[in-house]
Amino acid sequence: MSALGSAGAVPSLWMVAEGEKLKAPDIEFSQLSPTLIVLGVAALGIVLEAFLPRRSRYGAQVFVSLLGLAAAFAAVVALAATGSGGTKAQIAGMGAIAVDGPALFLQGTILLVAIVSVFIFAERRLEPSAPGAQVDSFAAQPASVPGGEGEREATKAGWTTTEVFPLLLFAVGGMLLFPAANDLLTLFIALEVFSLPLYLLCALARRRRLLSQEAAVKYFLLGAFSSAFLLFGTALLYGYAGTVNYSGIARVISNADATTDPVLAQTMGNDALLLIGGALVIMGLLFKVGAVPFHMWTPDVYQGAPTPVTGFMAAATKVAAFGALLRLLYVVLPGLRWDWRPVMWGVAILTMLAGALVAITQTDIKRLLAYSSIAHAGFLLAGVIATSEDGVSSVLFYLAAYSFVTLGAFAVVTLVRDAGGEATHLSKWAGLGRRSPLLAAVFAVFLLAFAGIPLTSGFAGKFAVFKAAAEGGAGPLVVVGVIASAIAAFFYLRVIVLMFFSEPQADGPSVAVPSVMTTSAIAVGVIVTIVLGVAPQYFLDLAGQAGVFVR
Amino acid sequence: MSPINYVYLAALLFTIGASGVLVRRNAIVVFMSIELMLNAANLTLVAFSRMHGNLDGQVMAFFVMVVAAAEVVVGLAIIVMLYRSRHSASVDDASLMKL
Repeated sequence: MSALGSAGAVPSLWMVAEGEKLKAPDIEFSQLSPTLIVLGVAALGIVLEAFLPRRSRYGAQVFVSLLGLAAAFAAVVALAATGSGGTKAQIAGMGAIAVDGPALFLQGTILLVAIVSVFIFAERRLEPSAPGAQVDSFAAQPASVPGGEGEREATKAGWTTTEVFPLLLFAVGGMLLFPAANDLLTLFIALEVFSLPLYLLCALARRRRLLSQEAAVKYFLLGAFSSAFLLFGTALLYGYAGTVNYSGIARVISNADATTDPVLAQTMGNDALLLIGGALVIMGLLFKVGAVPFHMWTPDVYQGAPTPVTGFMAAATKVAAFGALLRLLYVVLPGLRWDWRPVMWGVAILTMLAGALVAITQTDIKRLLAYSSIAHAGFLLAGVIATSEDGVSSVLFYLAAYSFVTLGAFAVVTLVRDAGGEATHLSKWAGLGRRSPLLAAVFAVFLLAFAGIPLTSGFAGKFAVFKAAAEGGAGPLVVVGVIASAIAAFFYLRVIVLMFFSEPQADGPSVAVPSVMTTSAIAVGVIVTIVLGVAPQYFLDLAGQAGVFVR
Repeated sequence: MSPINYVYLAALLFTIGASGVLVRRNAIVVFMSIELMLNAANLTLVAFSRMHGNLDGQVMAFFVMVVAAAEVVVGLAIIVMLYRSRHSASVDDASLMKL
């Protein structure tokens, strides 16, 4: 299309001479196969939902979802093995999608996170079962009024919302596209494709449905608000550069092509378009990342959403959004780095300190983890600011390490229960280490990884990010980061002390015995945390090889 | 008339939409304000498309319309669900999670 742009008079653009053939676009299906497989399986899931009888849907959905995600992961590995991540990186789909190292690394991470999430979603041992049917942690019938007749009947009949699996797959499909998007239109579409299913998933909790619905409304309204900003920024950048292609905009910004087009020369001279447009797009991405001052939705949504969804969202959304942010800042706006670096400095400092400080006052374990995720977004931003290849690869490594810790931590939260469902208030966790030493020890491992204690993945990740930031000339940022880590370590250790060194309450929660699904999800979390902490070199090298963007 | 005037109009509409989101209390009205912001972006895209003489902006406007339609489906479903369980669509009433 942009090739057409240079063709003379305007009306010839939308008229084709009789007999002239329109050229069909070339699509590199093998390069795009991970996303295509996931979206195809998601569509298949909808068909299964429509045609299978209710009792056989659960098994079919879980099987198909896992198969699809595994196939997509195999496709990512095959692409990486044939060199698409390094020497043969290319731009596919008529300039819309980049298939390069960072994209493949993040897609692989998102797919692994999604596979583990399917296990946590599919857990059916935790809720008391209706006669003849085991149920999961999603609403019996989301459309029914909480506490109403419809809900009672649906619960009695043992219905479950098996639509969560196709919704999860659609979200994963959008997330795979998000870090690989190579033009602003694809970026916006991918954002919406992964956000819309997440809004719905947030509203589907079986217990505490009012909280869950409230979380969904907040997430939806604020998410739509932020995506409108992103879209308006896109429109302004298009006005500035006359194209939405990443490398095209970068060329116009760096003034590489001497232009003969009078309109382009005029819009290029208008820095307001570029600066406001770039700021609005970055703002939309920072919202998804959960950086201060765009973090307001995070605690409420994390607390209200069903815990399996929170775990998935906290891990995978962060991976996808940081991938998109990295590509935008490193491919589109490197020419503007003297403008965006000071702003991102401020955002990173605010995010680290606010996340760590506000987390101290929290009394709910899910809110605590939400504020901890805000603080971690700040640490990741420090790596983004490095503007070097090391910065990219350290952020990639940090994201992979962090996402599995988060998933594992939220999986543990699903297991600590009392009569009202999950016991998320911190006071209920007192003395958990006496009652259930293994579970408390596992949770302690995750908390130590969050805090960045050596021999856990959190330390390796933080070290890599701070090292890259210091070498990239952001020394003061590293100092603030270390101070924020120290503050954060305080409240992580407080939870550990609470679990192991205080008396259990008489009416305390019990620890549910999960099926092999959640057990294996938590086991994967622990193994990844320890392996990335003890022997991170192989994975650091992998991330190091994946640190170059194609343009 | 120069197409740049449409960009000014769009910026005005976008501002009206953004302030609507911030000051209105009914979830439906907030949502309508967000739609106004999306339409402002559409107008900008079409105006710039005309100025630059390429079709990217118009194609994007079509995509945005489809996305906005999908967003309406999801958004109204969530807001109606909230209304049915609380008999109110006010965003101020939804405050169970305030500290």
